[in-house]
Amino acid sequence: MRCGEAMSETIEEGLEARIFALLSHVPDPEIPVISLTDLGIVRAVRLGPPPVVVITPTYSGCPASLVISQSIRRALDEAGLSGVEIKTELSPAWTTDWISDAGRRKLRAYGIAPPETAAARLAGKAAAPAFCPQCGSARTAEISRFGSTPCKALWRCLDCAEPFDRFKCI
Amino acid sequence: MRYDLAVQLGDDALILGHRLSEWCGHAPTLEIDLALANIGLDLLGQAQFFLALAGGSEGQGRDADTLAYRRTEDEFRNCLLVEQPNGDFARTIARQFLFSAWQELQFRALAAGSDKAIAEIAEKAVKEVTYHASFAADWVIRLGDGTAESHKRMAEGLDWCWRFTDELFSGAGAALRPEWDARVNAVLAEAGLHTPKPVRGITGGREGRHSEHLGHSLAEMQYLQRAFPDAVW
Repeated sequence: MRCGEAMSETIEEGLEARIFALLSHVPDPEIPVISLTDLGIVRAVRLGPPPVVVITPTYSGCPASLVISQSIRRALDEAGLSGVEIKTELSPAWTTDWISDAGRRKLRAYGIAPPETAAARLAGKAAAPAFCPQCGSARTAEISRFGSTPCKALWRCLDCAEPFDRFKCI
Repeated sequence: MRYDLAVQLGDDALILGHRLSEWCGHAPTLEIDLALANIGLDLLGQAQFFLALAGGSEGQGRDADTLAYRRTEDEFRNCLLVEQPNGDFARTIARQFLFSAWQELQFRALAAGSDKAIAEIAEKAVKEVTYHASFAADWVIRLGDGTAESHKRMAEGLDWCWRFTDELFSGAGAALRPEWDARVNAVLAEAGLHTPKPVRGITGGREGRHSEHLGHSLAEMQYLQRAFPDAVW
């Protein structure tokens, strides 16, 4: 009995790690350079039964939300995990602080200035300029508070003159 | 009652979101087009959460889409401010400024409130709304402190919207008034604009008594579902 419990626990722990690994290869539909786990929207795997993947939306009206659920469903099904359910939870509300360090690096390499971290905000740098993802300059200016997706604003670099997207910090 | 509150919150967001979507492709500049459409999108998302919650708590099988597309105007509980026509850009900004400042305060209160399901949506949405409020306040200042023409239009926009603001503070909402007044007045002072003179407020939206504008707006918004119920593609 004890032995069986311990064994099923090990299997279940394996399941959690397996699902996170699986979803770390599922791209965000609008910024495909980062994965769903990089973006910080996969909040938990609850072991059930039935096991549940808990996700949270970035913005209330983000049109990518539906595609994200469908992508997760497909990834789970293809891995033989059709019994795993997907649940959306709003609280705690998503924050850009949940974007992983790897995710921030990938965003910058892709030409999107990542949001400043919670630590930088606490240090009183909320109004700090974005760093140009092309040339690294801090001489940048906001063009538009809203951009191509709900999560981004439009900026430009005053040194290399390139416009760029910046992740809004929320 | 959760249903009543959730419908009210959902209808405010739905109707204003729809109004803002009317600007898509028509705004003065591309950046404004993006901004108004994005604010509208946030509001539609919030409406979806609130109306889904309302439908669930009612327990009669109505989902967010049923509530949005199958009710007549007398069943809507949005405030009159959000259903007002867009007018020019300045009037749209005036409406957004007055509404978002109020919605932000309201969501902060709800996020700390006792209804957990409503608090969760408010906690999420308040981040978006804070951004809307600051965007709209920036434009009030820019237009008010701009040219003679932009100043005049901004003042006219505020005058037009002002009579619908009392309704926001009816009943228990009265507690939010002092902070809203302080915020609005601070922005208007920076914009070089006067606080509009007190007028007798027009109310009734919360009881389903709407202006003629809502019916026309719903006729457009609900057309597809009314003409082809349950259409899918």
